[in-house]
Amino acid sequence: MNIYIQLLLTFFKIGAFTFGGGWAMISIIEKEIVDKHGWLKREEFLDLLAIAQAMPGILAVNISVVVGDRLKGAKGSIASAMGTILPSFLIILFIAIFLTPDTIKNNEVISSIFKGIRPAVVALIIAPVLTSAKSAGITWRTVAIPTAVALLIFSGWPVVSNPIIYIILGGLTGYIIYTRKAATEARKRKESGL
Amino acid sequence: MMVYLQLLWSYIKIGLFGFGGGYAMLSLIESEIVKHGDTPWWGISEVTFTDIVAISQMTPGPIGINSATYIGYVVPTQAEHSGVIFGILGSLLCTFAVVLPPFLLVMYTSHFISRHKDSPAIKGIFAGLRPVVVGLIASAALLLMNGDNFGTTPTELTVSIALCLAAFLTVRFTKIHPIAVIAASGLAGFITYYLIL
Repeated sequence: MNIYIQLLLTFFKIGAFTFGGGWAMISIIEKEIVDKHGWLKREEFLDLLAIAQAMPGILAVNISVVVGDRLKGAKGSIASAMGTILPSFLIILFIAIFLTPDTIKNNEVISSIFKGIRPAVVALIIAPVLTSAKSAGITWRTVAIPTAVALLIFSGWPVVSNPIIYIILGGLTGYIIYTRKAATEARKRKESGL
Repeated sequence: MMVYLQLLWSYIKIGLFGFGGGYAMLSLIESEIVKHGDTPWWGISEVTFTDIVAISQMTPGPIGINSATYIGYVVPTQAEHSGVIFGILGSLLCTFAVVLPPFLLVMYTSHFISRHKDSPAIKGIFAGLRPVVVGLIASAALLLMNGDNFGTTPTELTVSIALCLAAFLTVRFTKIHPIAVIAASGLAGFITYYLIL
């Protein structure tokens, strides 16, 4: 079978049967690409995963783009990305046509179901706050940063409630601190070497 | 026409700044899409946004794609155009817009990134982003804890807080899948609000 069609079908299958995106998808992609098809070695895959993670956007799409690119260049990455996107696109399009916000609001049964679901969805978003805080190494000393970010976005005030600002500020601050530290260390090493 | 341009621009920003995974992206989607609340025809309220998250959790695929497809369909059909074809056009546009920036970045910068991924510059950027991502997810949760989602009468509030707490404890301390949690809370909603009240 044509490699592009194979890439499309493989990622289509992954997109159609993985709930939750992101990390749930990664382990299945790894199984398909490394173990089943042998398209990449495990180390190669892990390198590509690191690149996909460093990029903004949807992790599952990014990893399919880098894998497709590594195997077959631009055409390969388009085939893989299409495969990942199509299942959720088609399913959600179908749902959107039949379950519009007005339907949810006006149908008594559906609206009662969603009234129960909404508080649970909020809980599903609170849970990753704690897990991500742990993996980010947030301590009582640094908890002020995420707290301030969350409250300022929540405030709804103009300009400061835009999350993009904090993404740029965070990246920039980290960049400055780390490159300066590296520069100082390099200088010290040079001085002690002399 | 205007509505398509606005959607395109919003989703390009979401794709370009969407660091930290699906939950962190929610904060961006909220600020780009829901905050148009003062534009009456836009029609994506906090409630609709929460419903989209719920639908995303119950269907396969990443939330970034799911939300782009749903919002892309709903906004134009509620705005100036009615008819399925305008919705499909919006879905295609938003989904394309959210994957385009990372697609181009991956295609053109992945060699650079893989060469420099252990450099202090790249490491620093991601170390700086990490605490921000926590704040982004927290802001998404905060914004959704409101009267629209939790109800306003004492009964609704009690039921909602109980469901929220039960769902939180379940996902935090058991291995029960979020889909099961959503299904159970939907059933609880049906029983309380449709059968009993």
